[in-house]
Amino acid sequence: MSSGMARFVIRRLLSMLLVLFAVSVIVFLIFNVIPNSDPAVRMAGKIPTETQVEAIREEWGFDEPLYVQYATMMKKLFTGETISYSNQQNVTEEIWKGLPRTLSLAVGAALIWMAFAIALGLYSALRAGRLSDRFLNVLALIGISMPVFWLGALMSYYLGHKLGIFPTGGYVEFTENPLDWFWHLVMPWTALSVLFIGFYSRVLRSDVLETMGEDYVRTARAKGLSERRVLLKHVLRNSLIPIITLWGLDFGAVIGGAAILTETVFSLQGVGEYAAESIKQTDLPPIMAVTMFGAFFIVIFNTVVDVAYAALDPRIRLDAEGSR
Amino acid sequence: MSVPSQGEEAGASGTEFSLDSAEELSGDPAERPGLGPWRLTGRRLRRDKVALVAGAVFVLVVAACLAAPLWADHVANTTPEENHLSDQVTIDGEKTDVVDLRGKPIGPTWNGEFFLGADSNGRDIMVRLLYGGRNSLVIGIAGALGTILIGLVLGLLAGYYRGRTDSVLRWVLDVIWAFPVILLGVALGTALALGGLSIGPITIEGDSLAIPTLIIAVIYIPYLARPVRGQALALREREFVEAARAQGMGSLRIVFTEILPNVSSTLVVFLPLLVANAILLEASLSFLGAGVQPPNPSWGTMIAEGVDRIVTAPHLTIVPGAMLVLAVLSLNVFGEGVRDALDPRAKVRIEH
Repeated sequence: MSSGMARFVIRRLLSMLLVLFAVSVIVFLIFNVIPNSDPAVRMAGKIPTETQVEAIREEWGFDEPLYVQYATMMKKLFTGETISYSNQQNVTEEIWKGLPRTLSLAVGAALIWMAFAIALGLYSALRAGRLSDRFLNVLALIGISMPVFWLGALMSYYLGHKLGIFPTGGYVEFTENPLDWFWHLVMPWTALSVLFIGFYSRVLRSDVLETMGEDYVRTARAKGLSERRVLLKHVLRNSLIPIITLWGLDFGAVIGGAAILTETVFSLQGVGEYAAESIKQTDLPPIMAVTMFGAFFIVIFNTVVDVAYAALDPRIRLDAEGSR
Repeated sequence: MSVPSQGEEAGASGTEFSLDSAEELSGDPAERPGLGPWRLTGRRLRRDKVALVAGAVFVLVVAACLAAPLWADHVANTTPEENHLSDQVTIDGEKTDVVDLRGKPIGPTWNGEFFLGADSNGRDIMVRLLYGGRNSLVIGIAGALGTILIGLVLGLLAGYYRGRTDSVLRWVLDVIWAFPVILLGVALGTALALGGLSIGPITIEGDSLAIPTLIIAVIYIPYLARPVRGQALALREREFVEAARAQGMGSLRIVFTEILPNVSSTLVVFLPLLVANAILLEASLSFLGAGVQPPNPSWGTMIAEGVDRIVTAPHLTIVPGAMLVLAVLSLNVFGEGVRDALDPRAKVRIEH
């Protein structure tokens, strides 16, 4: 690793920490500065007396200055001692409980959408302008125009409730019964993948078409390489870079909260659904923890993609250096 | 000419307008040299029948939603909030309960009243669909315009001034980018719906449409600001900017009279796609209870109410969802046509 590369990585890591710090401050402020969100009043029940509210305020430290409250909250977040306001459960444990569910959903969906996107994108590019290409384009556009929760709800109703092919929702541990685990996840995976398949396949299609016009592809053909070899070795390999980048970013985003709708519709009770429930109760500690958890994944995957790019292409490193 | 008027100005003021696609496609007989880039775009768009049909569909959806009071007053004779729990309607000469004893609402009657059926409160779905569409469209369009306004200013300033301004603004964009989109939207939406928002003399009620609009505007800023920044960064080194500087123009004036016209094609490409995604995001926020607050209708809240009762009355979910998909799909197809006509190489990436 050159010293330029090392400096680039260190700078990216520092800016990552700064971004995470800002995210935590903003979430904290959203729930502390906004009127009517005084947690003590809500925790005290329906018709609280002033003394009850005061007692809760003191017990939970809501009477401290904001920066002290922020510091305590962050400290608890890192030591895993964060406690929910609404049901007094340990937030870290709840997140750990939801994590395998969210990961099962995200990893499976990511594999599905990538495989389909590559197959369909490549096929469209090779059939560019023909009927099958146009048909796939229409399908892709419909895919990116559908709200995932609507698609999920309809799938759950027709394929689950009416036809009874798949379970309408819920989750089974992989260790308990792998087949059931798989069967429960087929619909959530599909619903979550549709948007990304539509999006990625079109990006890949246009990149493949663009690459096919490049000089080095013509050279490869002129050398007498077989069409198959030109396509796989020269065209596809280069056209895959942009969608692999997107893949990294979107995978981070899906773990980091983008799956909240899919989880809610299919009641998978992963991290996203936990966040949705906490938000409904304006329960700050879990929201804080889940948002930080989500931002962490998004920022990590962003940084990995950036560093990988810089490692592959020195110009990016120089550009970052020069624009300071 | 159906091209935006700002485009004519951009051409007339003599500022350089780079459009790679114009050179690429110049073999086409319709692309006569000497036409301004916006007129070229207009010509290409007019030949793209699919995009035109899609645009017309979207205009029809908008027109139908604007005509909501007409339908409500003269055809359905009800309002979007009025309950008809104990009412009856006559279908084929037979009197039927709007909501039957087991709580199952009536399906589409295909008559004036309850054209698309009723929801579980006995409200007319067609009327709510049209009024809800108004809310969804207003939020979508206003949110997208907000994104364009803020994103444009941030992107231009960061790209033109570089240095410290750029570092700070890029960091702001990174922070917005790092937030899990829906989590941020839902957290903000729920918190603001509880207490409203008051900044100085401006007070926004908790159930105001302005709250989801603002949230959506903020969330999409980086998607626009980043490409604009990149363009501004490249444009500031061009000769015509140098010439303006040599003439003694101030930096702000250069940004807005020399750089801005040259990024306008990007804005036009983004607008329909941003509106489409903003409508989808509104639906997602409303679905999670953080967007439009009931009893105000919107396509998102209607789907949310429908999903809870999908087993007894699937039409409550299907109808608003289909309308939403129709609006978003037509915008996406039209937006793609605009992009192809204006700048086929533009890489636009927005997610909901």
